[in-house]
Amino acid sequence: MYKTFAIEKISRRAVLRGLGITGGLVVAAPVMSRRGMAAYVTGAGKMPHGTVNNPRVFVAITPDGMVTIIAHRSEMGTGVRTSLPMIVADEMEADWTRVQVRQAPGDEVKYGNQDTDGSRSTRHYLIPMRQVGAAARMMLEAAAAKRWNVPVTEVKAVGHEVVHSGTGRKLGYGELAADAAAQPVVAVADLRLKDPKDFRYIGKGRVSIVDLHDITTGKAMYGSDTRLPGLKYAVIARPPVVGGKLVSFDATDAMKVPGVEKVIEVRGWPWPSKFQPLGGVAVIARNTGAAIMGRDALKVVWDDGANARYDSIAYRAELEDAARKPGLVVRNNGDPEGALKSADKVIVGEYYLPHLAHASMEPPVATARVTGDKAEIWAPVQSPGGTREDVAKTLGISPENVTVNVTLLGGGFGRKSKCDFALEAALLSKAVGAPVKVQWTREDDVRHDFYHTVSAERIEAGLDKSGKVIAWRHRSVAPTIASTFAAGAKHAAPFELGMGLVDLPFDIPNIRCENPEASAYTRIGWFRSVSNIPRAFAVQSMVAEIAQQTGRDPKDMLLDLIGPARIVDTGVKDMWDYGEPLDSYPIDAGRLRKVVELVADKGNWGRSVPKGHGLGIAVHRSFVSYIATIVEVAVDGKGKLTIPRVDTAIDCGTFVNPERIQSQIEGAAIMGLSLAKYGEVTFKNGRTVQGNFDDFPVVRIDEAPIVTNVHIMPAGPDVPPSGVGEPGLPPFAPALCNAIFAATGKRIRSLPIGKQLEST
Amino acid sequence: MIKLTVNGQEQIWDGDPSLPLLWYLRDEIGLTGTKFGCGHALCGSCTVHIGGQAARSCITAMSDVGGQTVTTIEGLDPNGDHPVQKAWRQENVPQCGFCQAGQIMQAAALLKENPHPSHEDIRDTMSGNICRCGCYQRIEAAIRLAATGA
Repeated sequence: MYKTFAIEKISRRAVLRGLGITGGLVVAAPVMSRRGMAAYVTGAGKMPHGTVNNPRVFVAITPDGMVTIIAHRSEMGTGVRTSLPMIVADEMEADWTRVQVRQAPGDEVKYGNQDTDGSRSTRHYLIPMRQVGAAARMMLEAAAAKRWNVPVTEVKAVGHEVVHSGTGRKLGYGELAADAAAQPVVAVADLRLKDPKDFRYIGKGRVSIVDLHDITTGKAMYGSDTRLPGLKYAVIARPPVVGGKLVSFDATDAMKVPGVEKVIEVRGWPWPSKFQPLGGVAVIARNTGAAIMGRDALKVVWDDGANARYDSIAYRAELEDAARKPGLVVRNNGDPEGALKSADKVIVGEYYLPHLAHASMEPPVATARVTGDKAEIWAPVQSPGGTREDVAKTLGISPENVTVNVTLLGGGFGRKSKCDFALEAALLSKAVGAPVKVQWTREDDVRHDFYHTVSAERIEAGLDKSGKVIAWRHRSVAPTIASTFAAGAKHAAPFELGMGLVDLPFDIPNIRCENPEASAYTRIGWFRSVSNIPRAFAVQSMVAEIAQQTGRDPKDMLLDLIGPARIVDTGVKDMWDYGEPLDSYPIDAGRLRKVVELVADKGNWGRSVPKGHGLGIAVHRSFVSYIATIVEVAVDGKGKLTIPRVDTAIDCGTFVNPERIQSQIEGAAIMGLSLAKYGEVTFKNGRTVQGNFDDFPVVRIDEAPIVTNVHIMPAGPDVPPSGVGEPGLPPFAPALCNAIFAATGKRIRSLPIGKQLEST
Repeated sequence: MIKLTVNGQEQIWDGDPSLPLLWYLRDEIGLTGTKFGCGHALCGSCTVHIGGQAARSCITAMSDVGGQTVTTIEGLDPNGDHPVQKAWRQENVPQCGFCQAGQIMQAAALLKENPHPSHEDIRDTMSGNICRCGCYQRIEAAIRLAATGA
């Protein structure tokens, strides 16, 4: 299916003419109480600007019957630009072949929160999008009833037209558009949502992504593809050490490069400063290639600042040492200290995971056109609303004067939640008085990332004589994302604690979680699934280690530790649960068990495998979804890994687009394999050692799993939707390393695997 | 002055002969379907056909394409209906889609040389093209589909 994608303001106005726009209706949170209306509350109302469910904002119909639906979240590969409009289309009985999707600019007052992160889009917008669609449908029905002068109860919208039951008369949506626009918006309390059994698109997986044709023909417009009259192309030399600054530069040779037009300083902000640019020296040219060659010819002197002593090898020892000493207690049940002392056996697992770079295929890039007190941005940002605010602050202009056009994102993974690259473009456009595109090279991307944090995880499990786990102490030590916002932050933020540490769902009487201090020496940021990566690795490796030491089957051990189906009470006051109310999204041990059982069944756990092969299993709840993975690995005599098969079971509640859930989980296996096998960013003298795919490798097709099977739990329409984009990642690496242990007897406790298997 | 043919059109470049073809295509003549992913022929996002062969445009200087015929994703098929493009849509391959132009150009070149590639042939030839989203399973399926003409 071919859909157009335009973000020009003129098109937007044309779109919005359809139903006639007034101000947005902002609701605090989607609360539904009527039967069949999904009675659950989400945390959407607590997000900046909440949600908007006004059909006038999201839907327009032109007289030719074309329905335009606004996508207000950013498309980075999850399929959200298709899934959310599809919900509206289904609920309003629109024919998807007569729907076009247009991307909203950054405007959260109008559209509601647009931060496309935290695997939140479907869970926060399923109900608001259904409300938008239902209201539009009822307005069309009311318009038809009025036209025919019949009671509205006698008409019904079906398949892009309204039908009168008594006479069989029909009016198409195009014919009704103007009259429908004149109808009042139906109040939420009066909305009739469709019975889920009547869904045409939701939950079916029959709809391809709207950008599919454009992607396969090179027409899809990413951040890097913006072209404007008079556009200048820039690359920037940035301080190699976070907190460093420019001392001086010599542009003589750079200016000799054909096509280079200007070399200027870019303002930098002291670290930490949230997402503000690092500063440096920009080379402006007639094309990007000339700008890159010009930068290569620059001579720059930097003051490296205090982080010049950052050495990640030395820091590893510091983190591991901290994990061996008591730290801030962030969860305590029972008497873990006493239980560990009295235990018959204590098993200790120490795990280490390094910094990672996001390395989305499209490196950061943005275009800005600043004229006077107005700015227009074209950028692949996950946070269009935040970008608008930050551009306004950086330029000292009003947010109303900033337009952020959201392009497609060539991957995001959390990197593009930080809009530093858009701020650079804005500063440069203002400085040179022309539109400027700032292109980051791959080296810029790897060396100036907001890195996934480095982490040391230490777990002690105390067992009684029967082999039952009676005590569990988990110390998690990692520089916090909070350090990117405030100097000196040394403890995990509540949202980091809630990602796989204090939310431990195990049925153990004595549990303690501790968070010793850790300082940051570089920029730390969100990376797909965030702190869940190290926590799931540690916890799920530990389960397999206990199974091994007690002679149990790892899957049985896992189910024993999860314990009976129940709602888990961690005892942690005001525990962060992915920003959701615990009433709607409790930690449900029953659902966790069921994905383990589903994957064990579908993945044929316990099957016999050839010599040199092994099976590993892991399960993890994150982004309020439940996911279990079985990996089959084969390790040859030289330590080379192949992955014949992966099975993943996911319970993400009620779901919208199973075809895209499948693709996200397939992709999570690849990214999980990448970080397990190779993922490591190191620092020496404060500088990132790696720079490109030669020294920061990611998995290629010749080493990818031969097959990844995805098993989606049919949760039913009354189970609130939960995350999909991120939660596939955390269980993969521990499942893989558990499989490697089964195959070789070698336990991997430190990632990446690198050359650790070469001696086996 | 360098003369070349891009997607059937004659072009003349009188700028820096050392400029990589990638940036000429993207910034000078506006063919943005070819993507920049690494700049060192490590990821394959910039793959085009030069004289019918797959090539990495990010390390190909303009001076190397004088008199040559270059085809980009925009010129692979006038209607975007090359068997590889159709198979890509049939299999719903892309996630973010950024690397896919390079993947498709590489796959089209593979099938031209080797109309019935084995599993190993596909994995070997496509291993120069990185997909960070991890669409590899579907890439292989789409190449098989295109090869069988299904």
